[in-house]
Amino acid sequence: MPKARIYLQRRVLVFTVCLVAIVVFLYLLGWVGIKAKDVLRSSLFVMTPLALAAVGECINEKAGVVNIGLEGIFCLSCVIGVYGGVHLGSGVAGLLVGSLMGASIGFIFGIASVYGRANQVVFGMGINIFGDGMLLFLLITIWHATSYNIRPEFMIPYTSTPLGLLSPIIFVTIAIAILLHVILHRTFLGIKIKAAGEKPEAVDVAGQSVGRIRMLTCTLGGALTGLGGAFFSLGWLGTVVKEIAGGRGYIALACVVFAGLEPLLALAGAFIFGFAESLAFTVMSMPAAHTYPFFEYFLKMVPYIIPLVVVVIFIGRRPFPKASGKPYIRE
Amino acid sequence: MIEQIFSQIAFALAVFVFGLSLLVFVKNYQKEVVSYLRGIRRPLVESAFAIFLGLIVGALILKVFDYSAKEGYISMLKGFGIFIRQRTFEPKEFVYALAFATPYMLTALTFAVGMRAGLFNIGAEGQVYIGGAAAAWIAGHVALPAGIHVFAVTIIAMLAGALWALLPALLKIWRGVHEVISAIMLNWIAFHLVMYLAIYHLPGKWAHITAEALPTARYPVISGNLTAVIFIALLVCILVYVFLWRMYPGYELRLVGDNPDAARYAGISISRAILLSFIIGGLAAGLAGASLAIRPEKWGFHDTLTDLMTYGFVGIGVALVGRNHPIGIIPSAIFFGGLANSGRFMEFDVGISSELVTGIQGVIIMAMALPGLLALLRRKAE
Repeated sequence: MPKARIYLQRRVLVFTVCLVAIVVFLYLLGWVGIKAKDVLRSSLFVMTPLALAAVGECINEKAGVVNIGLEGIFCLSCVIGVYGGVHLGSGVAGLLVGSLMGASIGFIFGIASVYGRANQVVFGMGINIFGDGMLLFLLITIWHATSYNIRPEFMIPYTSTPLGLLSPIIFVTIAIAILLHVILHRTFLGIKIKAAGEKPEAVDVAGQSVGRIRMLTCTLGGALTGLGGAFFSLGWLGTVVKEIAGGRGYIALACVVFAGLEPLLALAGAFIFGFAESLAFTVMSMPAAHTYPFFEYFLKMVPYIIPLVVVVIFIGRRPFPKASGKPYIRE
Repeated sequence: MIEQIFSQIAFALAVFVFGLSLLVFVKNYQKEVVSYLRGIRRPLVESAFAIFLGLIVGALILKVFDYSAKEGYISMLKGFGIFIRQRTFEPKEFVYALAFATPYMLTALTFAVGMRAGLFNIGAEGQVYIGGAAAAWIAGHVALPAGIHVFAVTIIAMLAGALWALLPALLKIWRGVHEVISAIMLNWIAFHLVMYLAIYHLPGKWAHITAEALPTARYPVISGNLTAVIFIALLVCILVYVFLWRMYPGYELRLVGDNPDAARYAGISISRAILLSFIIGGLAAGLAGASLAIRPEKWGFHDTLTDLMTYGFVGIGVALVGRNHPIGIIPSAIFFGGLANSGRFMEFDVGISSELVTGIQGVIIMAMALPGLLALLRRKAE
């Protein structure tokens, strides 16, 4: 059996164990007085933007491009998406505007990294800083305030499910992850994407354009991240503030490492991180927590500690493509 | 009166001697000087072009939102002390730019030393928080004799920064965790940790501000909010330059960054180079934290950490424009300091949000990521 296969199987096993542990844990939570349903519901909400960004980044890195500018794309597409949504008068239009914004940044990143041979990590960091600055700049310039609350009629309406009210985007995200898994492992396009990351020379010899494949994945990854960014405001929190992304772009990167570039595992990883975060916030809002107010600051660290610990434990042998992060230069 | 004339004569004499010695130096080492200037011409032009591109994008953004780009940039120049309308240069304003430049220099060193070792160390942000908290603790809560106190504050802050930098370094060496992920997570952990410390363990007499530094722990003030730390920062830059280019461990560190395979083949310990670059970076970032936590007006920091935030990330841009060179960082930090200082003028004069400056910095970083940008344009033009 090839080694990559063994690592994948081990990874799947780890994820299954984690998910089973979460279910058992949820059952036990009932005794402390936390409703398992609420935690599960909010962790699905936390999962969605993380999963969208992580799944897009998985495809991206499979094709050999590493975009660490997810945080910046989150910020920009969030504020632009809300602006578009409010002006066009519907939340769905806002989501589309947001993902269009993300796609255009992904496109620019693609041009820079494929044709400009940019240092991808530096360029991604530039996107992050640009997004961080522009979020507040646009907020102040457009709405003359450091926060903007979206009127409820522009929000994406929730649908009622056995778990309570959920945003339909959650199911769209799950569908996208499955779809990308199928594309990656069952179609010719998937083979091209994987080859562009693993051995770009082979793709070139076969008469396919490495640049075009990478541009496609960059734009797609950007669009998905942009959708996630717009979802923050339009589908979940109903507000735009400076700290809206709060480092989630980087947590999505941790998720990609955790998942070993598998879209479905990235979805599961995003759910596990989402669960940790929503559990921390549920504990924070419990009456018992108010007797120890300083504890809040340590609970706020949980969403960052868990990805770090998980990455440290599960990084394993790197399953990353050989040409990852390097521009392809034809000899 | 006589003193003034005397000091002017002394100044003129100093300029004359300096100019003469420069002339003699250039005359004797003409070949070396010319080849050196030729060597730094390309990086200089590339950095200038990246800055130009950033300003162009900034102007475009201003145009989109119906601001006058001209007015915006005129007030931006005020951040550097240059008042075009009044035709004057205000050293008082330039001092504020230098005050911004001090921590930028140090956080840029963190990033630059990392880049020289082939690492993308963006942990300066968290190390600044930790260094600032340590400095505020020693300066505000521990009574020490007058001479030692300032040094104790500086050293403890630097060590605290280095300690925090040790975590991503060890994770990288032991488990191969990419430093971007571990550093960002540790930045956020440090953010909440220092907030907790500031609120519960370092409160002072003013609400929401940590305890004022005791008079014995204060750095001498030069002017405005610029303290003598700037000299320590310049010294650290020079020391790092000497370390990287004139000492063997520094050479090893650069070799690991340039060609890890060759370094491994030469028997150089890669883990030691990684550890060293993180520790030097942590020391510099910790000092940046101390310089921010102990500066005039507050002599402490606000417990929402607004006084310590963003310096680590801006350092990335400073380092890239300074070509990851400890000496190149100095003018680059002064430029970014002026840019940061200009934010409040733009807000006051034209009503442009000061966050535009962060956006421009982002564009400059993106432009710096493109290695052959100028070459690409030249080829197109032909």
